[in-house]
Amino acid sequence: MLRKLLIGTMLGSALTAGYAASTYAAGGSVEVLHWWTSGGEAAALDVLKKKLESQGVTWKDMPVAGGGGEAAMTALRARVTAGDPPTAVQALGFDITDWAKQGVVGDLGEVADKEGWDKVVPTALQNFAKHDGKWIAAPVNVHSTNWVWISKKALDAAGGKTPENWDELIAVLDKMKANGITPLAHGGQAWQDATIFDAVVLSLGTDFYKSSMIDNDPAALGGEKMVEAFDRMAKLKSYVDKDFSGRDWNLASAMVIEGKAGMQMMGDWAKGEFLKAGQKPGSDFVCIRFPGTQGSVTFNSDMFMMFKVGDDKKAAQLTMASDIESPDFQSSFNVVKGSVPARTDVPDTAFDDCGKKGIKDLAEANSSGKLFGSMAHGYAVPAAVKNAMYDVITRHFNGELDSKAAAAALVEAVAAAKG
Amino acid sequence: MADATTTARSVVANPRATLQDLLPKIVLAPSFAVILIFVYGFIAFTAVLSFSGSKLLPDFSTWVGFGNYVRLFNHPNWMVALKNLAIFSILYIVICSVIGLALAIFLDQKIRGEGVLRPIYLYPMALSFIVTGVAWKWFLDPGIGLEHVMQSIGWESFSFRWIKDGKMAIYTIVIAAVWQSSGFVMAMFLAGLRGVDNEIIKAAQIDGASTFVIYRRIIIPLMRPVFLSAFVVLAHLAIKSYDLVVAMTDGGPGTATWTPALFMQKFTFGRNEMGMGAASAIIMMMMIFAIIVPYLYSELGGKKQ
Repeated sequence: MLRKLLIGTMLGSALTAGYAASTYAAGGSVEVLHWWTSGGEAAALDVLKKKLESQGVTWKDMPVAGGGGEAAMTALRARVTAGDPPTAVQALGFDITDWAKQGVVGDLGEVADKEGWDKVVPTALQNFAKHDGKWIAAPVNVHSTNWVWISKKALDAAGGKTPENWDELIAVLDKMKANGITPLAHGGQAWQDATIFDAVVLSLGTDFYKSSMIDNDPAALGGEKMVEAFDRMAKLKSYVDKDFSGRDWNLASAMVIEGKAGMQMMGDWAKGEFLKAGQKPGSDFVCIRFPGTQGSVTFNSDMFMMFKVGDDKKAAQLTMASDIESPDFQSSFNVVKGSVPARTDVPDTAFDDCGKKGIKDLAEANSSGKLFGSMAHGYAVPAAVKNAMYDVITRHFNGELDSKAAAAALVEAVAAAKG
Repeated sequence: MADATTTARSVVANPRATLQDLLPKIVLAPSFAVILIFVYGFIAFTAVLSFSGSKLLPDFSTWVGFGNYVRLFNHPNWMVALKNLAIFSILYIVICSVIGLALAIFLDQKIRGEGVLRPIYLYPMALSFIVTGVAWKWFLDPGIGLEHVMQSIGWESFSFRWIKDGKMAIYTIVIAAVWQSSGFVMAMFLAGLRGVDNEIIKAAQIDGASTFVIYRRIIIPLMRPVFLSAFVVLAHLAIKSYDLVVAMTDGGPGTATWTPALFMQKFTFGRNEMGMGAASAIIMMMMIFAIIVPYLYSELGGKKQ
């Protein structure tokens, strides 16, 4: 098995790049700062580690878990300030841009040009992986966040038809409520509230999503449609059980898996929880886009941001970047992680039904210009603005603000965070 | 001539005297230097940061004057944090003092088993606030904790869900903090009670004073310095309360349980707003100084008299 994997990866890299194996093989080491420490994530990262080791590159692990990467970013600050940054750092969205502005990141142009990343990586991702026209980060995967995970049993009991618009969704939720289960499994943490909010805003129109979440147009942020978005959030809140506050997302997934709840609105990392519990897509659970958002995708992409390193480490760094973008790695990693490849030319044969749908949706959204960065996951606005939005969304979701006040507060909060 | 002799003698005696004079200074110098750099140096660094436009990393090229402070006091989360600090610190200090004093007085009645009871009350202090926070979070969680247990043993209508309620959540933090600290306050008061001169109490008893009157009129007024010490210890714990909040609610539900220390951490490291984070840290420091300085002044001033 192991040998097969090794041969596979060697062959893969030889075929696709012909680069890693020949030019940069043998020697060097990469130090990687990341927060993938839980079971499935660590297993996925191990694919990359093994691949590099087979090329003679030593992997120095620097895991800093906690706070969805917040702890890792704090550790990174210390390393960069001390003038000794790691080779590669797992990073998200505007954090990458912020670091790039500090002038401490490396340049992957050499590999990227040779392998033609420009043509295969979706443009929306390039906006973050490139800075001033230079490749600074290697995108590992694309998670999309506008998914709904429905228990098949609960759906069948509620009529069996997957909802395609808001009214149908409410009808299904009502039926689930009548059937005596918690219709919506949700964890009351700011980022989870914001994840649903992303999808709700997107369901009110892609133009509205772009003008409010990405361009932060005050008219869109405080307008009628935003009030409606908050009204929809309040409606969804009424389907959540009373103990939701503070619950972790994977416990919410467990409620759907155990049949205690009907559905969860969460990014595709939730799929890993279902698969781990031995559930099968299609027969045990159903994956659909948030009703009204089919055809568009809000994404969250894990990237490895590369820092400026000495010449002795440069070769290993480029090898790592090249490995990350090789189609065979993209396929084997993302099958394990539950996400979809960060390049659009990877065959979907190894993926399950939800994964195939994810790949198809991503390609479609990319070509129709409906692939947007997720606000909740730091791909639409910088951290300060994102968290300012979190504050308003979570206060509204917890009943501290009504919908009109929330829309007004959103305008103010965004302006204050930008000031 | 006589003058010359004394001078010569003092020159001979001087090296030893000088050494004796210098020795304490030499011994203290390293720790003094360390404190100077790592406490006051970093306070100064933070103060400078708070006037800069630092975002992700310290940035000394843009200056915003009091801009960070203006934004701070216009930020709804900071106002929530200040309000929570007021609620938390008042309740925490008052309740801890009352419970601590009551426990100390009860233990002071020369009861049997004091040696067993005293450490039991003190033990919570040995736990870190993180442990206390996690334990109380589970205990107060309606789904698995107190409410669940009460309902499952038959008290169906029992309801205690403050930790999930934005209006009440800050009080659950008070409960956990009081549980943690009142034993420590008890120990302070007990030491104070034991320090009261027995002669005075005996004299009062001969004069026919009841136990209640003795405590109210004699013992408690004599313990004024203990009250002050307890107040200062509890007040600074309240202002820097961070770990307990993170473990119990992480600021939620919504933003209901934010405290200034939580604000500082989240803004500096989570939101890349290092300038505002530094400004909030400086405000917190000023609050602590506002408590400590008068205390030191009264303590040191008292000794001079």
